[in-house]
Amino acid sequence: MTAEVAGSEHLLEVRGVSKGFPGVRALHEMHLTLRHGEVLALVGENGAGKSTLMKLLSGIYTADAGEFWLAGRPLSVSGPKDALEQGISIIHQEFNLMPHLTVAQNIFIGREPRVAGFLSDREQNRRAAELLDRLGLPLKPRQVVGNLTVARQQMVEIAKALSYDARVLIMDEPTAALNDAEVSTLHDLIRRFRSPETGVIYISHRMDELKAISDRVTVIRDGEYVDTVDTRATSMPEVISLMVGRTLTSEARPQGVRADRETVLEVEGLCTKDLLKDVGFDLRKGEILGFAGLMGAGRTEVARALVGADKMSAGTVRLRGRQVRIHNPAEAARHRIGYLSEDRKNLGLLLEQDVASNIAISSVAERFTTFGFVDFKAMRERAKEMVRTLGIKTPSVQQTTKNLSGGNQQKVVIAKWLVKDCDILIFDEPTRGIDVGAKEEIYRLLNDLAEQGKSIVMISSELPEVLRMSHRIVVMTEGRVSGVLDSDEATQESVMHLATLRPDENLRDAAELGLVDESVLASAVPGAGDDRKDPDQ
Amino acid sequence: MTTLDATTGQAAPSGWAAGLKDRLQQLLAFASLIVIFGFFSVASSSFFTYGNVTNILFSTVVIGTLALGTTFVIITGGIDLSIGTGMALCAVMSGVFITNMGIAVPLGVLLTLLFGGLIGLVNGFNVSVLRLPPFIATLAMMLVAQGLALVISHSAPIYFTKDPGYVKISTGSIFGVNFPNAVLVLLVAVVVSVVLLNKTILGRYTYSIGSNEEATALSGINVRRWKIVIYTLAGLFIGLAGVMISARLGSAQPATGMGYELQAIAAVVIGGTSLAGGKGSVVGTVIGALIISVLNNGLQIMSIPQEWQNVVLGLVILVAVYADMIRKKEA
Ligand SMILES: Nc1ncnc2c1ncn2[C@@H]1O[C@H](COP(=O)(O)OP(=O)(O)OP(=O)(O)O)[C@@H](O)[C@H]1O
Ligand SMILES: [Mg+2]
Repeated sequence: MTAEVAGSEHLLEVRGVSKGFPGVRALHEMHLTLRHGEVLALVGENGAGKSTLMKLLSGIYTADAGEFWLAGRPLSVSGPKDALEQGISIIHQEFNLMPHLTVAQNIFIGREPRVAGFLSDREQNRRAAELLDRLGLPLKPRQVVGNLTVARQQMVEIAKALSYDARVLIMDEPTAALNDAEVSTLHDLIRRFRSPETGVIYISHRMDELKAISDRVTVIRDGEYVDTVDTRATSMPEVISLMVGRTLTSEARPQGVRADRETVLEVEGLCTKDLLKDVGFDLRKGEILGFAGLMGAGRTEVARALVGADKMSAGTVRLRGRQVRIHNPAEAARHRIGYLSEDRKNLGLLLEQDVASNIAISSVAERFTTFGFVDFKAMRERAKEMVRTLGIKTPSVQQTTKNLSGGNQQKVVIAKWLVKDCDILIFDEPTRGIDVGAKEEIYRLLNDLAEQGKSIVMISSELPEVLRMSHRIVVMTEGRVSGVLDSDEATQESVMHLATLRPDENLRDAAELGLVDESVLASAVPGAGDDRKDPDQ
Repeated sequence: MTTLDATTGQAAPSGWAAGLKDRLQQLLAFASLIVIFGFFSVASSSFFTYGNVTNILFSTVVIGTLALGTTFVIITGGIDLSIGTGMALCAVMSGVFITNMGIAVPLGVLLTLLFGGLIGLVNGFNVSVLRLPPFIATLAMMLVAQGLALVISHSAPIYFTKDPGYVKISTGSIFGVNFPNAVLVLLVAVVVSVVLLNKTILGRYTYSIGSNEEATALSGINVRRWKIVIYTLAGLFIGLAGVMISARLGSAQPATGMGYELQAIAAVVIGGTSLAGGKGSVVGTVIGALIISVLNNGLQIMSIPQEWQNVVLGLVILVAVYADMIRKKEA
C-alpha cells in the first residue's frame, strides 16, 4: 500500500506530515489515506502519535511539514471551528464536555438556535430530542451532563459529533469507557453514518473491535507509518506484531485458586445511600479478585466506599481479622490499601506536575524524605525505574504529565501505586486506553505482585481481561453482588448471566424481562448461548 | 433502546428537578436576607424607617452594579479585583468630562460608561491575549486605576455643582418621590443582566467557558474573544457604578473604591455563584448584594465599630459558602 495514489479516490489524505514537541518527535513523515465510505482503524502503541495526528487535522496543532488533502483538494485547517465547517468532526480522547450545561446545550454549543437574536432553549431542546431520537440514544435534552454516567457522557460526545454535517468523522478511543453493549450501539451508529460521501477514522486499543467495525487498519509506530492492511485479510496477532515490532508471546495467567491462603479483607453488608445494597466479599492474601459487571453496577462505588472516598451507610470491614472504619483515602493508605481511580484525569493525576512527582506523590512522605526534606534525587531515580519497567514514553521524568499521551498518563497512575508499598491494591479499569504490549506488561506486574503476597482487586469492563487475570470473580448487578465465580467455572456466559440478573426479577413483567435479558446478552456476547467456548483454552 | 436503558445505571435528575434545586438555593439566600432584615428591625428602632431603607437601597445600587458585572467574570472561572478602584477612576473621569470639560450630562455619562468598558477591555486583553492569570491582571489594574484616579484628580474630590442634573441620575425620581432613579437604574441593569446571561450566546458561552474552557474552545468557540467581551461587559458595569456613586455623593472621591471589590465578590459568592466557574445566577447576586448592604447598614446603625463590621461580614461569607457546599454535597 503506497500513499502516492492521488486523486479524489481518497476522501482524506495525509502526506508526509511531521510534528515535533520539545524533546519529542511525535510524527515523522506520516502518511495515510481514508477512502470514501470506509472505516479506517488507526492503531499504534501509547505515544505512537495517533492523537497528535488527529489534533493536526482539527487545527489544534499546526504541522511542521507535510500536507492534508480532502476529496482531492488541499486542506488547511485554522482551528477547531474551521475543521468543523470543512466537515471534519472529532471525538477527542479526553472528554470535552461542559459538565454544568445540559445535553442539548452541549450538543449545540457554538451554533445555538436563535430567535430574533435571543437563544431559544425550546427550539434547541426540540432539535436535540429529534437528533437523540434519530440516533436512538437514551438521553434527554435537559439532563445536566455532569450528572450523567461516563458512558452516557460519551454518548453526548457522539451525538454532538454526528450532529455536524461531517464528511470525516474521527474517533479517538471512543469506546475506552464503554461496555460491550454500548460498544455495539456505537458501532451501529457508525455503520449508519457511513455513506459514499463520508469516512471514519477510528482509533482504538481494543483489538477485538477492529475486526467488528473497520475495513482497513493503518498501523503507526514511533510517529512513523508502518503499514496498512485489509481487516478481513489479516489476523489481529499480525496487526499487533506490526504495532509493537515483535511478536507478543507472554500470556501471563495466575495459576490455581488460593483457598488455603489467609483472608486479609472481609466486607459484609456494605451499603451506600445511592446504590450499594448488602455487598459482601472477601479477599485473600496473594489473590487477584476480579470485579465484573455492567457499567453502573456499582463496582467503582464499592472501591470508593472501601477507601473512604464515599460514605458507607452500613456494613463492616475487617482487615486481617480486625474490624476497621476507614473515613478517607489517607486512612486507607495508612492501612496499606491503595486505590487507582478510573477517572485518571480528574482524580488520578497532577497534570501540571512532572512525571516524577506524580509517580512519587503517594509515597513521598514514607520513602523519599529525610528529616522532612524531600530527596528529589531518589525520587527521580525510582521514577526512572518505573518509566523503564512500564515503558512510559516520555523524554524525561521531568516532563509535565499533561504532555504525555493518554495511555502513558494511565501508566503513570499505575506506577504511582506500584511504587507505594501497599498490601491491598484496588485497580479500577487499570488498562483503559493502554496498548496491547503494555497491557501484557501490566498483567505480568499484577501477577508478580500477587505472587509476592499482595492482594489485588481488579475492576474491569473488559471481560476477557477479568477472566484471564482473576483467581475469583465477583459479579455485580444494580448495586448488589449477584455471584462469585471461581476462575475454573467462570466463562463469558456465566459472568454475563450473573451481570444481567435483576434482583427484582419476579416482580417484573416476564415478557419484558426476557426481551431485556436477551438483547443484553446478544449484543454483549457475540454468539451467546449457541457457542459455549471456554476462555481458559 | 431497551438494551442501553437496561444497562446504564443511575438516572440523572431531570431538568425541572435540577431547576428546583437551584431555586431552592436562591430561596434559602432570600430567607437569610429576610431573617437578617428582621433581626435588625427588632434590634434597632431606627433601622426599619423610610430614610434608612432608602439608604440601604442606595448602597445596594453601587455594590449590586459592581457585583452584576463580576458575576459574569466569576462564572467564567475568572475574577475581577479592579472593580472597586476602577469605579473610583470612572467617577473621577465623569467629573473630568462633566465638571472640568463641561460636556453635557448624557454624553458625559456615556463617555464614563465607555471609559469603564475600556478598563474591562484592557483586563480582557491581559487575561485572554497575554494569558495572565485573572487574579494578577486585575490586581495590577486595581493599583493602576487607584493611582490614575489620584493623579487625574490631583487627589482632590471633583464636585458636580455646575450641573445639578447629574445628581438627579441617582436621587431624582421620574416616577414620583417614592422611587429613586438609582433603584430604577439597578432594576434595569438586573433585567439586562438576566437577559444577557440566560437568553444570549454571550451568557451561554460564559457558563460554557467556566464549565470547561478547553472543551469550549474545541467546540469551535473563540474563547479568547468572548473572554474579552465578558471582561469588557464587567467594565461597562464599573463605569455605571462610577456614575451612580458620584451622582449619589454629588462628587467624585478619588481615594475611595478600594474594598468595594471584595464586597461585590462577597455578594456574588453569597448568591451561590461558584468561584470555580460554571454556575451562578443574577438573582443570587442581587440577593447577595442586598445581604451585604443590609449587614453594613444594620451594624452601623447599631453603632458597631467598623472593625467589627468587617469581622461579621467575613463570618457571614464563611457561613454562606459553607452552607452552599453542604447543600451540594447532600444533593
Ligand atoms: N503538547 C505536547 N507537548 C509535548 N509532547 C507532546 C505533546 N502532545 C503529545 N506529545 C508527545 O507526542 C507523542 C505522541 O503523543 P500522542 O498523544 O499522539 O500519542 P497517542 O498515539 O495518541 O497515544 P495513546 O494511545 O496513549 O493515546 C508522545 O510521546 C507524547 O508524549
Ligand atoms: Mg491518544
